[in-house]
Amino acid sequence: MQVNENFEPVIVAFCCNWCSYAGADLSGTNRLNYPTNVKIIRVPCSCRVNPMFILRAFQKGADGVIICGCHPGDCHYTSGNYFTRRRITLLYSMLDFLGIERDRTRLEWVSAAEGAKFAATMQQFTEDVKALGPNRRLEDLRCRKQ
Amino acid sequence: MQRIGVFVCHCGTNIAATVDVKAVAEALGHEPGVVISQEYQYMCSESGQELVKNAIKEQKLTGVVICSCSPRMHENTFRKAAASAGLNPYLVEIANIREQCSWIHKDIATATEKAIILGRTAVAKVHLNTPLTSMESPVVKRALVIGGGIAGIQTALDIAEAGFDVDIVEKNPTIGGKMAQIDKTFPTLDCAACILTPKMVEASQNERITIHSFSEVADVKGFVGNFTVKIKKKARFVDETKCTGCGLCTEKCPMKKVPNEFNMGLDNRSAIYIPFAQAVPKVATIDPNYCMMMKSGKCGVCSKVCSAGAIDYKQQDTFIEQQYGAIVVATGFNPIKLDKYDEFAYNQCPDVVTSLELERLMNAAGPNGGTLLRPSDKSHPHTIVFVQCVGSRCDDEKGKPYCSKICCMYTAKHAMLIREKYPDTEVYVFYIDVRTPGKNFDEFYRRAVEQYNVHYIKGMVGKVTPKSDGKIDVQASDLLAGEQLHINADMVVLAAAIEPDKTARPLATMLTTQMDTNDFFTEAHPKLRPVESATAGIFLSGACQGPKDIPETVAQASAAAAKAIGLLCKNSITCNPCVAHSDELMCNGCSSCEKVCPYGAITYVDKEFRMPDRSTKVRRVASVNPAVCQGCGACTVACPSGAMDLSGFSNSQIMAEVDAICK
Ligand SMILES: Cc1cc2nc3c(=O)[nH]c(=O)nc-3n(C[C@H](O)[C@H](O)[C@H](O)COP(=O)(O)OP(=O)(O)OC[C@H]3O[C@@H](n4cnc5c(N)ncnc54)[C@H](O)[C@@H]3O)c2cc1C
Repeated sequence: MQVNENFEPVIVAFCCNWCSYAGADLSGTNRLNYPTNVKIIRVPCSCRVNPMFILRAFQKGADGVIICGCHPGDCHYTSGNYFTRRRITLLYSMLDFLGIERDRTRLEWVSAAEGAKFAATMQQFTEDVKALGPNRRLEDLRCRKQ
Repeated sequence: MQRIGVFVCHCGTNIAATVDVKAVAEALGHEPGVVISQEYQYMCSESGQELVKNAIKEQKLTGVVICSCSPRMHENTFRKAAASAGLNPYLVEIANIREQCSWIHKDIATATEKAIILGRTAVAKVHLNTPLTSMESPVVKRALVIGGGIAGIQTALDIAEAGFDVDIVEKNPTIGGKMAQIDKTFPTLDCAACILTPKMVEASQNERITIHSFSEVADVKGFVGNFTVKIKKKARFVDETKCTGCGLCTEKCPMKKVPNEFNMGLDNRSAIYIPFAQAVPKVATIDPNYCMMMKSGKCGVCSKVCSAGAIDYKQQDTFIEQQYGAIVVATGFNPIKLDKYDEFAYNQCPDVVTSLELERLMNAAGPNGGTLLRPSDKSHPHTIVFVQCVGSRCDDEKGKPYCSKICCMYTAKHAMLIREKYPDTEVYVFYIDVRTPGKNFDEFYRRAVEQYNVHYIKGMVGKVTPKSDGKIDVQASDLLAGEQLHINADMVVLAAAIEPDKTARPLATMLTTQMDTNDFFTEAHPKLRPVESATAGIFLSGACQGPKDIPETVAQASAAAAKAIGLLCKNSITCNPCVAHSDELMCNGCSSCEKVCPYGAITYVDKEFRMPDRSTKVRRVASVNPAVCQGCGACTVACPSGAMDLSGFSNSQIMAEVDAICK
């Protein structure tokens, strides 16, 4: 596959309000750089992320989607991230079935104290998605940017 | 038609230095529905808020987007401002262009481009915001304090003083915590027991305070103002209501070879025991691991001598359930285990002790009645070496990365007390840095050096080797003199790092509060909300939040009490209106949502619906109790028919955000 050096992927990150969003804020407070490609959507809990949102992002031309929540056991709502884990596992198998690269979607646990982990995860994910190239299979051509 | 106002904050140079704020305001001005787009130096300032308020009134805005710092910082500020200008506070959205943009990016062009996309996303969302009104939920006027150290005691006393009932749950047989084990306290050198035990008694006699000693929190449900907590009262095999604390059983008990925890295992106690003379509650506890009656059924001496008939070998753990409006965590700390520090020979040599063990060795109620003797041969030590930072400020796996904060001061205290009482004893202190900020602290340390001639040596101890003559060889480096030293010591005292209690982590999980990577509880804001956790209604007191000495612990304990009292004073609190709601026309009553709800907020009601043919039909539909729902959104995804949605984070709002980012 040819790798386009100038390819800047669009990455949507869903972050739960209590852990990961705070972790993202912490990497900001500590001035830990990660690529501008990542844009965060705040949700109350990772379990608020409907797999439909992820598919919608791919349809609209996102190249990668990452969901971040509290570590298992640490969910602010006690059990939300367990639902997330199961739902995303199911989504993985569906994406596999559709022939979509597994690495475009990722689930990560980032606590409010893990600013460094947040930045490192985003850095790594952006690189991984860059290596995969643009998302063509799920993109809706009618939504393609001109 | 929407009329949206966009307000871009410079945050001084925090944002403006890496984001071209003018360009952001200009670009967002062209977004659909935006009628006004302005930038200003400090949006959160009084005049910045005035700007927003005036625009809401003059432009008749239907939605507001503030491009500024994290919503965790100022969302409330701007919501309040909007409300005071007559706009529903939930029609305000924040685009986080500081923490998530200007602070992490260096290139102005790309940072500005990202800021515009973040602003555009917020505009897209605010188009779909709906006015929300908060519900009120009642506050149970009772507080729970977990942990009965000086922190928990102080918090409980303050809350009780304000007229509210408080329960203390303490896992040990007595309250008092570490302070009960300390001999004398810096910086005043007054005896810890003299200032602590009156407080313990005060707590036990205050009619508003209930102490559940030898108890643990087993389960926590509910939310701010209305927690339901299950408390496990562990079986102590003695009826607390009957025991008078006379102590006869502890004298008569034939099993006297149990390591005494209170004296750090430096002497023994009996199988039935009262931890120390001033214990509160002063009630005996049987240790089933050592009690001969419980192990082999042969003995029963305590039962025979107890005239109150309090002994009950068949006692079981019991559970009580109680409602609380506020919870204060005060689980304190422990010195780390030194098993991994072979170089200091802690496990090999009884004369190498930790600082907390030294406190007991010097205490009048300790194993030697207050005379400092070597644990090995009970001889008087002539040379004592103190090692600082054992496991503190450590880069490797063995220790802790942070400074334990209290050790510099208590070591100066120990050194001074020893020199005062035994002028013939030489005291050496090996340190990396001496850290003594605090009122009268540096003066205290200097007194140790100047007045008491304690030898402070900057340098590390490399190896501690017990010798055959009973002495201890301490090999160390003196960094300032640039030489290697060997000290022939009689005793070595290790200032072990401190860490949170091991039970704190599972407790945090139950309370859904956050911890840092070292397992200290995290405060809601490091500067502005130091005694609240991020979870509403849960407050932090004492060393469970970070290393602290007693003055700081007490200050924080009272601050946590003040916050809890502030909550308990209210008859009701405003609930978060961002809760789930179901579209009854779409709901088919399948129960999927009910199963995933962690709060039991969803019930089913039978409702009459008019059918297309004008007949009526009764259908079972989900109904969310907005006072109980906490707004996690689990149900919205579980719902197969798409009937459940979450106000403030609705499906359409999130989709709009996704679209705006991908555009
Ligand atoms: C050797 C040494 C010397 C010191 N000397 C001084 C001094 O001279 N001056 C000074 O100002 N400070 C001194 N300190 C510091 C002082 O001990 C602390 O500041 C103080 O004890 C902190 O109080 P706390 O209540 O937060 O914690 P703790 O004293 O640790 O109390 C916590 C309590 O909570 C209980 N608990 C823990 N987990 C649970 C749970 N899950 N459920 C129920 N209960 C639980 C524990 O059993 C304990 O009773 C010294 C410390 C050490 C180690």
